[in-house]
Amino acid sequence: MNGWRLSLAMLRRDWREGEWRVLFVSLLLAVSSIATVGLFADRVRLALQQESHALLGADLRISSTRALPQAYRMEAQRRGLQVLATANFPSMVSGAQQSMLSDILAAEPGYPLRGKITIDDGAVHVAQHIPVRGTLWADERLMLRLGLHRGDEVVLGKLHLRLVAQVVRDVDQSVGFASFAPRVMINAADLPASGLVQNGSRINYRLLVAGEQKQVNALRNWLKPKLGLGEKLEDVRDARPEIRTALERAEHFLGLAALTAVTLAGVALALASRRFILRHLDACAVMRCMGASQQQVLALFLYQFLLMGLGAVLLGGVLGYAAQALLVESIPAMRVAELPLPSWLPLLQAAASGMALLLGFAFLPLWQLKRVSPLRVIRRELGLPQMSTGLLYAVGVAVLCGLFLWQAGSLKLGLTVLGGLAGGLLVFGLLAWLLLHALSRLPLRNRHAFANLARHGRSNAMQIVALSLGGMALLLLTVVRADLLQNWREQMPPDVPNRFIVNIQPDQRAALEKFFAQHGLAQPELFPMVRGRLIAINGRTVNGDSYAEPRARQLAEREFNLSWADKVPTGNKVVSGAWWTHGAGPQLSVEQGIADTLDIHLGDTLTYDVAGSQFSARVSNLRKLEWDSMRVNFFVIATPDLLEDFPASYITSFHLPADKRANGDAVVKKFPNLLLIDTDAVIGQVRHIMDEIAQTLSAVFLFTLLAGLAVLYAVLLSTQDERKQHAAILRTLGAGSGYLRRLHLTEFAVLGALSGLFSAAGAGLLGWVLAQRVLNIPYAPGTLLWLAGLGGGLSLVMLSGWLVTRRVAQLPPLRVLQSV
Amino acid sequence: MTSIVQAERLGKQVQSGSEPLVILHDVSFEVAPGESVAILGASGSGKSTLLGLLAGLDVPTSGTVRLDGSDLFAFDEDGRARVRGKLAGFVFQSFQLLPALSALENVMLPLELQGVADARERATRALQQVGMAHRLAHLPKHLSGGEQQRVAIARAFVMQPKILFADEPTGNLDAATGAQVIDLLLELNRAQGTTLLLVTHDEALARRCAKQLHLAAGQVSA
Repeated sequence: MNGWRLSLAMLRRDWREGEWRVLFVSLLLAVSSIATVGLFADRVRLALQQESHALLGADLRISSTRALPQAYRMEAQRRGLQVLATANFPSMVSGAQQSMLSDILAAEPGYPLRGKITIDDGAVHVAQHIPVRGTLWADERLMLRLGLHRGDEVVLGKLHLRLVAQVVRDVDQSVGFASFAPRVMINAADLPASGLVQNGSRINYRLLVAGEQKQVNALRNWLKPKLGLGEKLEDVRDARPEIRTALERAEHFLGLAALTAVTLAGVALALASRRFILRHLDACAVMRCMGASQQQVLALFLYQFLLMGLGAVLLGGVLGYAAQALLVESIPAMRVAELPLPSWLPLLQAAASGMALLLGFAFLPLWQLKRVSPLRVIRRELGLPQMSTGLLYAVGVAVLCGLFLWQAGSLKLGLTVLGGLAGGLLVFGLLAWLLLHALSRLPLRNRHAFANLARHGRSNAMQIVALSLGGMALLLLTVVRADLLQNWREQMPPDVPNRFIVNIQPDQRAALEKFFAQHGLAQPELFPMVRGRLIAINGRTVNGDSYAEPRARQLAEREFNLSWADKVPTGNKVVSGAWWTHGAGPQLSVEQGIADTLDIHLGDTLTYDVAGSQFSARVSNLRKLEWDSMRVNFFVIATPDLLEDFPASYITSFHLPADKRANGDAVVKKFPNLLLIDTDAVIGQVRHIMDEIAQTLSAVFLFTLLAGLAVLYAVLLSTQDERKQHAAILRTLGAGSGYLRRLHLTEFAVLGALSGLFSAAGAGLLGWVLAQRVLNIPYAPGTLLWLAGLGGGLSLVMLSGWLVTRRVAQLPPLRVLQSV
Repeated sequence: MTSIVQAERLGKQVQSGSEPLVILHDVSFEVAPGESVAILGASGSGKSTLLGLLAGLDVPTSGTVRLDGSDLFAFDEDGRARVRGKLAGFVFQSFQLLPALSALENVMLPLELQGVADARERATRALQQVGMAHRLAHLPKHLSGGEQQRVAIARAFVMQPKILFADEPTGNLDAATGAQVIDLLLELNRAQGTTLLLVTHDEALARRCAKQLHLAAGQVSA
């Protein structure tokens, strides 16, 4: 007890004199930035999740082509979850003059469980209920096509329903091909009377579930082994590859931002701990003289560190919470988005990370401190007991590694960044040491400065490494991030395809192309499409039962859209094997993901059944696709000779500018058999997610910048005492303050320039690795990166160096020499 | 009367490059309780090393030291620290006050380390005794050299040690201040009956002690 009390008293005394300032500020920044990033990311993640769920209309969806067992609903209810059923099916809807194939959604009251439906029933508003019995809602496309108005009667099967509202925005708009026809929504209670539910009806029954995440997950696990043939579980990740990709990228970026703060905090803490300990050697030696045991000394300092850490963690948590709240309030898009409140977990993570960092970097140096010889009181030259620097920081680095993997959330991202950092540190350290020695040998002005830098080569190389690390993180989050985001956005330019047309018959191709030309639209690229079912791999029959994984079962049970091509389609990349040359024999190209799922390998022979006739061909290459490119993508592409003779329809995607939307209807009017699919909603969703991420990162960058500055401050302070003494000795020997200033500025310039260049090199390299390995987008570091690195390094280090040392040159030498 | 400090055939040798360097060789002497002894010698004569060994701050290559009957080197480092805490006080050439602690807190520190309850009162009295009552809240950097050494002396005496080790206590002070500091040390030595072991190269100062021990090339010369 006495130990804690004395530690608290010592902490208070040292605190008063500013001894803890750097350590406290570093830890405070570490914890508050981890907390801010964590809390913010948590909120964005929750919001993204909710948004995804809104797209699905639920947290979890079970769908089947047959009516779902009542047991599923009862189990969901037993778990306290909201549950309701819907039925989807295509059917003709008739107005006064025309009919049109529509997608009917019959919903139970309460639909949707997630997300909102906006309707126009005279005023545009969020729907509070589903259509009442005897009425229906329809979307704009149907109303335009059938020339319907609110109040008109519409015939659906045996039902005569009144159209009471136009659906402005639906929740699960355009999920999957089935729903691309115009949407009509009716009350499920009207369904039996419609006479549309018969044997052989193509009805998709769905059970929508929402509620507490834990219970939803539990239900998912309960359902998995029970799913019957044709029944499948869906969450947004299964349903939408392009949303999934965006979500994953969002998480990667946010993880990266958090990592940067952790790294910087670690560096600042390491430097600050070392400085603290060096400045307390005398205190230790004196206490040992006074009879304090080694354990007592260790406990005294350890308790102080823990108490200080506790304070920093608590304050950091509060600051982090306040900062993320401010952040959300200050970004209009975020404020409007009404982000859900964060969970407590990020705060606990931040606190644990902060304490782990503190102990990781301070414990071994403290351990050293307890071993300080009491003889130091007489012989000042006795410093810290020798311990290898590597070992000293090994614990810290281990903690950092652990935090990396934890914070990154993704092992791949964590290891990439970690590997880059570790490799970079070693190479930078060695390079810095070599360069400093090489510079000292050149016949340059201010030789004393260069000689000085080389004399303390190891410690200066370490400073350069620390500064580079800070700079690298900053550049990575600013210049490289901007480049990466730019490249990523370019992946989805404003003229990204927003309409698909399917079911184009071969004899309609020329007419369609002519129609496009007449209406000033770019010529569409038409892809042939043949529906076929995979029936054998290497002669071995495959069907749903051949696979354990539900997704594989689904894929094996359904018909594939097969296409043929001479050249690799745009946005496709052959990742193994080789694309065929013109006129080569029958071959197949398979998308890598589906090949993995269905256990298809290069060289395998696949047999397909197309409309009753079969063909077999060898897989000669595997492709990677850009799922978020919004272009027509095919899992399986064949050589032209294989499929040309089968009855094919064509599919295309194209960009329809907002001012030419009427042409969309015109094309369907002219070619009634065509199905026009509007993907604007999907694109809008993906764009929205991207924008949110971009804004988050810009804001989070502020904290990383602060942490970077803390590193810089810690680096400068860590050498301040030595600089003071050195300056005093030079002053005693007759050096003027102008000379000292030049000396210091030259040293800082070299440190700054080298750190800046290393930062740029590191950030560029890491950015490239991230772009290639994680984000799958092209990236090459630009000139701006080098300029920003060099300029930023020079100016920041020189300016802050000058601020910290400007008084050193003016201190009376005797006072300095006596005080050290 | 038994001696309070007893050095027997003390030797210290260190490795300097490839050559062994003898710093102390076969030093033996005894000090009676309450006695004041000056250890004299030129720079490099080994006097600070001797003081370090006598206080158990360092370990000898050979020989023993007994403080108040305890064989210092029979203990490990923590054991020696306990002996120091019980018996010894220190005054150093460079004062060794903790820079972040006020004068009063510096004097309180040894009491706090021993868990003494009325540390503040005792430390205040000790500072009053050395004429520093008006400087209790001052930090070392705001005190003159002489004042800092007074605080250091108060810190050394506040535990009422049986032995006081002083390493060149006037080394950083001008002659007049140095003389005052020595007066103070000797006065406390008499008043509390503390044994004083003082390292100095100043003959005049050494003569004020009851006994002088001359060191030259690591050996007691007289």
